Amino acid sequence: MNPFGYARAADAADAVRLGSAPRAAYLGGGTNLVDLMRRNVVAPATLVDVTGLSSAIEERPDGGLLIGAAARNTAVAEHRAVRARYPLLARAILAGGSAQIRNMATVAGNILQRTRCPYFYDVAGSRCNRRHPGQGCDAIDGHNRDHAILGGSPACVATHPSDMCVALAAADAVVHLRGARGARVLPLTELHRLPGDHPEIETELEAGELITAVELPPLPPGAASGYRKVRDRAGYAFALVSVAAVLRVERGVITAVRLALGGVAPKPWRARTAEQALLGAPADPATFRAAARTELAAAVPLRHNAFKIELAERTVTAVLADLAGEAR
Amino acid sequence: MTTSAHGRAPVGPAPENWAGPVPDPLTDPARTRRIGEPMPRLEGLAKVTGRIKFAAEHAYPGMLYAALACSTIPKGRITALDVADAERAPGVVLVMTHRNAPRMNPMPGFGSDPKAGGFDTLPVLQDDRVHWNGQPIAVVLAETQEQADHAATLIRVGYAPEPAVTSWEEAVANGTAPTTIYGGPGRRELGDAEAALRAADVSVDEVYRTPYHNHAAIEPHAATVLWDGDELFVHDTTQMVAHSAWSLAKIFGIPEERVHISAPYLGGGFGGKGLWWYQVLAAAASRLAGRPVRIALTRENVFRTVGSRARTEQRVAIGATADGRFEAIIHTGASATSRSADLSEPFILPAQCTYAARTFKLGVEVAYLDMMANTSMRAPGGAVGSFALECAIDELAVKLGMDPIELRLRNEPRQEPIDGRPLSARNLVRAWRAGAERFGWDRRNPTPGAVRDGEWLIGMGCAAATHPYVRSPGAAARITLHRDGRAEVEVAAHDMGMGTATAQTQVIADRLGLEPHQVTFRFGDSRLPGLVMAGGSQQTAAIGAAVAAAHRELLAQLLKLVGDGSPLGGLEPDQVGSLDGGVAALDDPSRHESYADILDRAGRDRLVAEAVAQPPEELTARSMHSFGAMFCEVRVSSVTGEVRVTRFLGSMDCGRIVNPRTAASQFRGGIIMGIGLALTEELVLDDRTGRVVNASLADYHIPVHLDVPEIDLIWTDIPDPHAPMGARGIGEIGITGTGAAIANAVYNATGRRVRDLPITPDKLL
Repeated sequence: MNPFGYARAADAADAVRLGSAPRAAYLGGGTNLVDLMRRNVVAPATLVDVTGLSSAIEERPDGGLLIGAAARNTAVAEHRAVRARYPLLARAILAGGSAQIRNMATVAGNILQRTRCPYFYDVAGSRCNRRHPGQGCDAIDGHNRDHAILGGSPACVATHPSDMCVALAAADAVVHLRGARGARVLPLTELHRLPGDHPEIETELEAGELITAVELPPLPPGAASGYRKVRDRAGYAFALVSVAAVLRVERGVITAVRLALGGVAPKPWRARTAEQALLGAPADPATFRAAARTELAAAVPLRHNAFKIELAERTVTAVLADLAGEAR
Repeated sequence: MTTSAHGRAPVGPAPENWAGPVPDPLTDPARTRRIGEPMPRLEGLAKVTGRIKFAAEHAYPGMLYAALACSTIPKGRITALDVADAERAPGVVLVMTHRNAPRMNPMPGFGSDPKAGGFDTLPVLQDDRVHWNGQPIAVVLAETQEQADHAATLIRVGYAPEPAVTSWEEAVANGTAPTTIYGGPGRRELGDAEAALRAADVSVDEVYRTPYHNHAAIEPHAATVLWDGDELFVHDTTQMVAHSAWSLAKIFGIPEERVHISAPYLGGGFGGKGLWWYQVLAAAASRLAGRPVRIALTRENVFRTVGSRARTEQRVAIGATADGRFEAIIHTGASATSRSADLSEPFILPAQCTYAARTFKLGVEVAYLDMMANTSMRAPGGAVGSFALECAIDELAVKLGMDPIELRLRNEPRQEPIDGRPLSARNLVRAWRAGAERFGWDRRNPTPGAVRDGEWLIGMGCAAATHPYVRSPGAAARITLHRDGRAEVEVAAHDMGMGTATAQTQVIADRLGLEPHQVTFRFGDSRLPGLVMAGGSQQTAAIGAAVAAAHRELLAQLLKLVGDGSPLGGLEPDQVGSLDGGVAALDDPSRHESYADILDRAGRDRLVAEAVAQPPEELTARSMHSFGAMFCEVRVSSVTGEVRVTRFLGSMDCGRIVNPRTAASQFRGGIIMGIGLALTEELVLDDRTGRVVNASLADYHIPVHLDVPEIDLIWTDIPDPHAPMGARGIGEIGITGTGAAIANAVYNATGRRVRDLPITPDKLL
């Protein structure tokens, strides 16, 4: 590990001031960043500890929630309002990591965690454009069973590993940001970038910009929501495919739907093509399957991950069918 | 039988020939009090309260910390090696490469000498050659671990790569080579099996594939090394102290007695804790630096520099008559190896012993890759061989329309199937019947896909488990009997966490007629007597036989000390045994004198008896194997292909069970590892570069608690008349049969036959 400085931010303004220094990085629970430092994937000059910033979970007048960026994953998953109003989010968080990791990990840290592509981690022995721009990608022709079928580029096919973000994407979450140039908000679905030619640029955050909170608007009234994760072992594994969905069915017709996929793309994948096919259509398995297929028509399988296309289609269909049963 | 006032009989000397007609007196429950008790692990409290030191927890003044830099190509030469930045980094004391490493002899390959313990025979840091992707090319010693780790990243290497064989397909295409199984034949034949297969009424002929596996012991490999002049002391984590000491002596060209290895506690071994590069590198660097060194491999280091179980591709073909009698068993194929290991994964072991057949054709060959030396892992051969064989039998049962247990029972052999050795004790049929009843096998619907609970398909499967009885020559024990009636027993054996010390304390207490608190069992040190490796599930028998030999010697010495005034006067060693803290006549236990009285009268503070175990003649004279009948129930998602094991029963036949508590843990641990083998574990080598892709426990998936159901266990507990204490091995068998039982249950649930492990969701879509 390289030598580095450490500073604890008193408040958001202090954090942004400290975080605007060259090669500074914000430190949440450290469950991913510290691993990356130990493996020499990243080498920040300064860690700005932001765990002292807001971790409050506030209920908003409109029925939504505002979650402080430093809230621990466990605290969010256990929160009464989250469990009652956003079951997809509680389930997604509990599907991730281990109890110990969830106890440490923060909301903002979860959002900004890096890919688990093994070539990204293998600094000494593998090429990675995300880690070293222009170096090449060992995953595209290598072992890529866990990699992206949607949104990849010739430069990078890594997946975003978060479960929580998939639920946030489906819940229309908005992230509150604060940077040197002031505060702004961004839909979560617009925070992460697809790799394109620059996989090393993973988000729309400006240098030193800090996530201060995540805002959840109320889900459509009468909608059911859920999260399902498919993985190689029953716990402590990243998703092969995951699905977060919000669905409202009235008189057999879909009147509200939001759908997001995990484990299939370099960012939490909001399935808007499928949503368009679903909205106003009859809530039956044929519709669900057809909608999943329209979304996955753009999928580009690699050598080892073609199964994800069918797995995603099946999982989307099953999740929507479950929710339709629940909502009816 | 003549018994004492307590109703027990003295424990006389064990047989001089374990193949002979007379069993160990300790096979007789009337002579034992502690064997069979569920004694809690002796070191358990100390372990869970952190009062035990593992190899990486010893510290010495001036000790340096080691870090490795490893190759990133599979084959070639090092053309540039710039260590200047590393040498200048803070805290760095030494950077050792092939340029400045001391000259050392190659590691003696396991099996090349009874004491050879190396699992890789390449020269360690002696030249510029790279033989596998991940081979250590430099060792950094620094004042702290962090400094060493950091400096290791500053080493810059240039290579001249050479063409390498890094894909299995290419290795097989290059041609596979005949090989041996631990020095024995790699090929066994009886009759013309191919002809018998062609002529059979019903047959199956399929190919099964198993990937590389890593041991994934919770304790990564580590050693703390100290030189005193030309004397070498190593705190190691090893399952072979005596082998490692002898081998390190050869490598450094010093006398064997100048190497001292201590390894009393291990956080698991599973076959992976032998002599590898790390101990040699640490000792060499320590010698060069003139200071003690601790090397604690990172998990990534373990994946890249310690061998794994080799990948296999196995053909199993079985021909049977219409009523299910086996006409032919063919089990052939190949496993991966490196030129420097040249070690097969002996997957034909189960087919050699589990079933009768008119003809056999069994053979394992090796395919050479430029890869890390492969090695033994829990149930070498048996774990992956039983997967192929026991799945094929299930497939045959389907074709015959016969219950798979019934098919197995119809082919129960009356002797060792190929060479005709008489059976010692084989009660697999009883294990099948007891297991089937307890598990509720009669409730299984034989039609695949017929049982459903919502989206979940439910199935049951079974398979036979087997592991050979092993007892290597050379085990020795020293008994020191003290005047106060306590006894110390010393054996250069191991407790990797399985409970060896606890079980042996029970055995020794019974053999010597003592209470467990009067017995101290010392182990895990190369200066103790004998040669026992913790391998082949042999330690219970191997240590048991050594202690029995020393006990025979002890009785003889004690009789020499008794005078005419003793109640034992005039008796010969074969006429006495141990009972109630002393010696008694076998035919009249009232003729008894305590050890304390004997030593007291003779004016001796202690008596020392040391002996080597009788040669393992029972191995060649008898057919001796542990067996089990494995049952499981699985649920398979018809949506996602996810498999959950919901019930598991092991019905075991391993001779007498010395300690039901520690034995159950061994069976359970094996079965859990078998769940991993079946469903989750696959060490991936990038077929372009030979580099391990998933070199972490986040990516190499061993089962987590949620993957493991409650595991039920029963056993026959029938003593084997030719094994010490009647006990055959229990440590490895749990992983055998388990993979096939799960795969067969998945078939019963879904109608899908997966012949390519692990059974991940994608294979069931």
